[in-house]
Amino acid sequence: MPDDLTTPAATGRAALRIVLAEDSALLREGLAGILEKAGHQLLAAVADADALLAYTARHVPDVVVTDIRMPPTHTDEGLRAAVAIRARHPGIAIVLLSAYIAEAYVADLLDSTAATSQAGIGYLLKDRVGHVREFLDSLDRVAQGGTVVDPDVVRHLLARRRNDGPLTALTEREHEVLALMAEGYTNPTIAARLFVSEAAVRKHVGNIFAKLDLDPDSDRRVTAVLTYLRGNR
Amino acid sequence: MSTVPVGLVVLVALSAVIGLGALTAVIVVGLLLLTSVPLITTVVAEVERARLRLVLPLAHSTTPGGGPTATPRERLRAWRTLPMSWSELGYAVLLATVLWVVDALVLILAIAVPGVLLLAPLLVRVDTMDVAGWQIDTASEAWPAFGIGLVAAATVAYLITALACGQAALARLLLDPLEARLVDAVNQLRRSRAGLVDAFEAERRRIERDLHDGAQQRLVALTMTLGQAELELDRGPGLDLVTKAHGLAEEALAELRATVRGIHPQVLTDHGLAAAIHELAGRSPVPVDTDLHLDGRLPTPVETAAYFVVSEALTNTARHSGATTAQVHAWVTGQMLTVTVIDDGRGGAEPADGSGLTGLTARLEAIDGTLEVTSPPGGPTTVRMTCPTT
Repeated sequence: MPDDLTTPAATGRAALRIVLAEDSALLREGLAGILEKAGHQLLAAVADADALLAYTARHVPDVVVTDIRMPPTHTDEGLRAAVAIRARHPGIAIVLLSAYIAEAYVADLLDSTAATSQAGIGYLLKDRVGHVREFLDSLDRVAQGGTVVDPDVVRHLLARRRNDGPLTALTEREHEVLALMAEGYTNPTIAARLFVSEAAVRKHVGNIFAKLDLDPDSDRRVTAVLTYLRGNR
Repeated sequence: MSTVPVGLVVLVALSAVIGLGALTAVIVVGLLLLTSVPLITTVVAEVERARLRLVLPLAHSTTPGGGPTATPRERLRAWRTLPMSWSELGYAVLLATVLWVVDALVLILAIAVPGVLLLAPLLVRVDTMDVAGWQIDTASEAWPAFGIGLVAAATVAYLITALACGQAALARLLLDPLEARLVDAVNQLRRSRAGLVDAFEAERRRIERDLHDGAQQRLVALTMTLGQAELELDRGPGLDLVTKAHGLAEEALAELRATVRGIHPQVLTDHGLAAAIHELAGRSPVPVDTDLHLDGRLPTPVETAAYFVVSEALTNTARHSGATTAQVHAWVTGQMLTVTVIDDGRGGAEPADGSGLTGLTARLEAIDGTLEVTSPPGGPTTVRMTCPTT
């Protein structure tokens, strides 16, 4: 049956122990349903950042999935909680969800979380959860230490740098590869998405790194690419 | 007609202070007494303004008294620190010497003449009367006198009112000059205009919050549900419809996000003007170069006004100019923020053509800012705003 496709057994992915923080009861239930249906273990579903911090002070989940804007100030509580959790437990992967997305938050995210830990980090528009399979895939990548950034953010980062010298030297295909790299995809996935061979992707990636003068041996290439795109490399 | 007691009190107080002061000036104490004359005249002026307000409700107090809730002690302290006003001193002297005497005479005549005439029918029984050379000694003569008394009473009432108005006008001239009233009115207008801008902004935040907590959350929940439904369904027309519905819901969400951003951009609240301008530049269909020198945060009304100027200018660039690139520069020198948006389009933009920039001009003026649009035919178009950052 189709619903088997998302379970860990069907996809070979591990069941994750997850804590969820979301102030809207409607979305909290929706997210909880999707995560549990996918076979993940929902340790707790809380409604604000304080409860999230209190919970993670006592338990260590694999992944924290949190809304950014929560009570009491409705600004970036989730983001600040993520930074605090990172400081205490550098091993917990964190997925941040937001109803709107802005490049400025990526700066916060990378500067305050990626630098201090090898654990994964994700920043996604809430709408992405509706693409259940892709969302669960993003969750897995973050749980495995990957960086996942919403395509919307990547598009804006690319738009912002489109007049700059090095980016104009990229071919159309290299642009596509760069965008997918920035979203956090690995070479095999990029190859599958662009219907090309992995060898071709590796070649494109090599060209991109050469043209942008980035270190090709960097083990955190997503961060490297994002930092480049943000323009303060 | 309360001028009489007030005038008398002022006369006594001024005479006592000046007299005693002059007499004792030789032994220094008098000089101290004389320095209290301005205080007395200030108090008198304030009392008179209070009386003036009974006649002319718009009259205002020019003296800082610490607000309407200030205690008498606080008011006295505020008054003491004021520079001496010659017009207040003049008014006090006039009040003590002329005004109250005039009032007293008018008052006596006003009561006496109509009073005697009205009482004529009674008085004539007791004795012969002589009113201004008119002998009244019979009842038949007394009744016409009574009639005249009625007319006199009405006339006198009008005369007294006219006198009060005259005195009020004099007091206003000396104590409540036109210029001060205009300054007051302008200040009040500025305050209310700034208040309107703040209220407008608070309302926008409230709407943004309502949309975020309401429609936006429900649409997200809808896309989640449709996404789950897609997984439950087998390939076929049913799945196609659900997928289509999912796409439509996502478009609705994207449009709602754009609307919310136009109402009140959260990134501006969270990260300030520079981040918000980067965001606008990233969304612009026309490539935008930014050169922003903005350290730290600016006051919220300034950030909001600047954000909407850049937003509107970039929208106009994309819609009407045919430009291929645009530049946004922003910097603060001293206490002044300057933001320019320049495009390489065909120019010829008229800000008066119902453009959103007209509304922004008013908004900027409310915070002492300016907005200039130069757009010669053939381009380039430059939108330049300045605004104090304090």
